[in-house]
Amino acid sequence: MKKHILLSLFALLLSFSINAQANQTDNHNHDHSDHAGHDHSDHNHSKSDHSNKAHDAGAHHGDDHGHGGCGWHHHPEGQEYTPKDISAIAFHHISDANVYSIGPLQIPLPCILYAPETGWDVFLSSKFKFSKTGHGDGHSAYKGYILDAGAVKRITDPSFPRDVDEVPLMGITHKTEMVDGKEKTVAYACTGDKEYRTDGKSIADAGIFGGGLSSFYDFSITKNVTSMIIVFLLMLWLFMKVAKSYVTRNGMAPKGLQSFMESIFVFIQDEVAKPFLGAKYLKYQPFLMAIFFFVLGLNLWGQIPFFGGANVTGNIGVTMVLAIFAFLVVNLSGNKHYWEHIFLMPGVPKWVLTILSPVEFLGIFIKPLTLMLRLFANITAGHMVIIVFVSLIFMFSKGGTSYAGGFGTAIGSTLLTIFMMAIELLVAFIQAFVFTILTASYLGAAVEEPHHH
Amino acid sequence: MVGSIAAIGMGLAVIGAGMGIGKIGDSAMQAIARQPEAVGDIRSNMILMAALIEGAALIAIVMAFLVAGV
Repeated sequence: MKKHILLSLFALLLSFSINAQANQTDNHNHDHSDHAGHDHSDHNHSKSDHSNKAHDAGAHHGDDHGHGGCGWHHHPEGQEYTPKDISAIAFHHISDANVYSIGPLQIPLPCILYAPETGWDVFLSSKFKFSKTGHGDGHSAYKGYILDAGAVKRITDPSFPRDVDEVPLMGITHKTEMVDGKEKTVAYACTGDKEYRTDGKSIADAGIFGGGLSSFYDFSITKNVTSMIIVFLLMLWLFMKVAKSYVTRNGMAPKGLQSFMESIFVFIQDEVAKPFLGAKYLKYQPFLMAIFFFVLGLNLWGQIPFFGGANVTGNIGVTMVLAIFAFLVVNLSGNKHYWEHIFLMPGVPKWVLTILSPVEFLGIFIKPLTLMLRLFANITAGHMVIIVFVSLIFMFSKGGTSYAGGFGTAIGSTLLTIFMMAIELLVAFIQAFVFTILTASYLGAAVEEPHHH
Repeated sequence: MVGSIAAIGMGLAVIGAGMGIGKIGDSAMQAIARQPEAVGDIRSNMILMAALIEGAALIAIVMAFLVAGV
């Protein structure tokens, strides 16, 4: 039984990868004259709100190749695929977007934007008139916002006509500029006769990743939010179904979905909840189970190729919120024993306490921080490696001009990608488990009763 | 220049992870050889420890990305 599942999973992975490879080489060989049609969303991967400066620096590289004029986002053609292009493609694919792309089809999502100057704007991103099978470049500006490769940007140039809601655009160019001493790629919206400077959205990272406050805040229902909602509804349906079958099959042996979920549930209960939480495990078990299944669901969702490639847990914002929940639950349920151990560890001389207490205090914050970074880094690294393996085909086939290079690399890259995706499945489970077990460990330390010597 | 130093940093982080996980693998193999019926327990603990060490290495890689800015 187990063997069959493994075999079919492997066959599925193989078919997805081969499909992906075939599409890449195929599309690319036919397409490089037709920019609008070339479909970059054939790539498997995942987008995350990566507030890394490189997202801005790298992501929209294509137009810098000496065109100079207005144009739409297109890929480097001919011999032009350099490693810098590949890193730009990789960052673009692991970033969050305001359109949901299923394979080549782009589905608009609601945008909820706030700018201190113009107030709240709520609209569907189809108002940006992007092509349903394109790259997510909005062909017109709406209320002073543009859609640049799936991300909403705001036109900060005050001379932009704001009397009409919709202003058709001739193109979006990208220029590398020095902003605050760092090199950044800025998008300019051009309406044929003039170029207007745009701003990316505000990113809450205090400038560390190249983000920071800008002229507007983006609260949209983006691809990641949609994925989280979908995974949440899926989990809800799954568990309600299982719970119902416990009622209807009371006293009987579990069957089907119930037995599958039960084995995982009992595994977490016996390996994670009971050993760390002891007698009080029932109180915190819902929280631990929620974290485990939600993280697992999001990890697996991000692995599905072509289906949006929503890299949810590779988005540091998502993992930060999960870590904040862990932080709150652990510290709000800490008893006197826990706080005593942090600030006034019993049984150590006074001078050691002056070193130990600050370190323990920092530890309260560093432990959730490592939870956040561990999950984020594992998932993002996996996605990026897969994207790079696939992009190697583009690089070695020199943009579709070299058939030998293309096919040779396609074979090697397919095998490597299958291998990496198998590892990624394992990593999805392991990282969900590690997140849960560490949260349980911290919780256990917080609610532990003092054992008197 | 900054980029290549960040790349060296990433490589060092991976060396550390490789050594750590190698040591875990080594002791896991020896433990399994000594007591083959404990394979299940040993295997799950080994994977857990490897994940934690890998977490540390990947955090270092992410920080290197930050510094290099690419």
